[in-house]
Amino acid sequence: MPPELVRDVLAEERRIAEERRIAAGEAAESLAPRPSTASGELRALEAGLDRLQTAPAEREPWWRRAARGILPPIILLVVLLAVWQAYTVIAQPRPDLYPGPLDVLASVGSAWDTGRLQLAVGTSLERGIVGFLIAAAIGTPIGLLLAESRPLQRAFGPFVSGLQVLPSVAWVPAAIIWFGLSDATVYFVILMGAVPSIVNGLVAGVRQVPPQLRRVGRVLGANRAELAALVVLPAALPGYLAGLKQGWAFSWRSLMAAEIIATGGSIGFGLGALLDQGRQLADLSAVFVAILAILFIGILVELAVFAPLERALLRRRGLLPAGGAR
Amino acid sequence: MTVTAIRLAGVGKRFGGPRSPLVLDGIDLDVAEGEFVCLLGASGCGKSTLLNLVAGLEAPTTGSIEVPGDGAAVMFQESALMPWLTARRNVELALRLRGVPRPGRRGEAERLLELVNLADAAEQRPHELSGGMRQRVALARALAQDRTVLLMDEPFAALDAITRDLLHEELERVWRETGRTILFVTHNVHEAVRLAQRIVLLSSRPGRVAGEWRTDAPGLDAQSVAREITERLRKEIASNAA
Repeated sequence: MPPELVRDVLAEERRIAEERRIAAGEAAESLAPRPSTASGELRALEAGLDRLQTAPAEREPWWRRAARGILPPIILLVVLLAVWQAYTVIAQPRPDLYPGPLDVLASVGSAWDTGRLQLAVGTSLERGIVGFLIAAAIGTPIGLLLAESRPLQRAFGPFVSGLQVLPSVAWVPAAIIWFGLSDATVYFVILMGAVPSIVNGLVAGVRQVPPQLRRVGRVLGANRAELAALVVLPAALPGYLAGLKQGWAFSWRSLMAAEIIATGGSIGFGLGALLDQGRQLADLSAVFVAILAILFIGILVELAVFAPLERALLRRRGLLPAGGAR
Repeated sequence: MTVTAIRLAGVGKRFGGPRSPLVLDGIDLDVAEGEFVCLLGASGCGKSTLLNLVAGLEAPTTGSIEVPGDGAAVMFQESALMPWLTARRNVELALRLRGVPRPGRRGEAERLLELVNLADAAEQRPHELSGGMRQRVALARALAQDRTVLLMDEPFAALDAITRDLLHEELERVWRETGRTILFVTHNVHEAVRLAQRIVLLSSRPGRVAGEWRTDAPGLDAQSVAREITERLRKEIASNAA
């Protein structure tokens, strides 16, 4: 439609509207009676509809949930052990090359009796946790900075992703030259492994915040800091937690790699050292003990720390199917 | 005498450079204080854009927009509640960002939830609420901003007919009780006729004011007005075929 015509049409519309208004007289200002339900009735109606449209979420008792989560892997574990033991009994392989579950169990007993197992687990776990916490303390502000600044994100993003792909073991030689055989070497390798994961998780979490929530925050009058603290960060929490979880996995792996390669000096006796000791003594049972301990701690931290956190976080947001059935 | 709450003069908007198509063109619109105005138009007519301009989320390319100094509260089609907060905490967030000191927040939030008949659901999270309940929480949150102007962007479009019908009554009641100025965007003629005192029809591409109807005159036949507006709207849409 050409603009003049539109204007004519508009003028015509306004004239009609004006006439209608005049016809309606002074009463135009007052409110027309509308079909309206009495207030009490409306409340009852609304309450009834609310009831119909929401189903009370039924929560399983915790022990049933726990049983459902823990039982299947335990059953699998028992089956695997049984198969392994059956193989050892039936095929009778050389025990120094293919130790059976009972041999490994005996090794666990001896490592425990000499106190080497407890020492190794204690040392490694402490270093893993401290290293992970340092990584979180460094990675979180970096992640926030990258998430909130587009230019920085464009510049650093590929490097951070690259560092995440680079196995952190690659840093061990350099770290040994810089820091010698000390705890600093171990922590450096842990940081190089874990920080990129945490940064990436946080950046991804922030990127996935629905733009609508930011707009609501702005409409509600939040300034930049309030928007970050009250809207963006809480909304990015699931992504951040995923990053932390991965960061822990990388911390633990990096720590093991560093401990296997760098032994001696002032580096304490960790699980990696226990593993390396087993290798040097050609004691395969001892090697298995160390591997199982490393695996077991990894699973334990996942099950005891991250899984419950994640579940609670997702349930609060309704991102987890309620009840048991999936 | 009526006071003007929102005044749009010659408002135009295009996204991108001067060669990009106009989304809105020469919109003149005055909304009086306490008035309930519906912006009606087909999809893509820029009515949501217009609302975003009034909300201050975007700046107009041409023309001027006057809104009360404290800005406007906005309600969107999706409730856009913070999923990690309970209904009450969602309302409290608005109070907090408005600057209400902590001791007063809880009581005020409960009062607002009571106003939209959701006192019992205060401790539930958005995913535990039905769509209609979520929109009522969003309404309570918008009211918590305590601004004279309330902008609503198809807030009931995603709801089923029964719920929408109820929410129309609810909104009308809240409007009467709080005396807010409401600018309500919809593509639903019947919704507009049901709610508004005045209906403004926008044409599409670019969005221009294509007609205006008062729908609050006593003895007005809502059916015939709705029919008239529908016809006009269809003509507008058909004109885009060429």
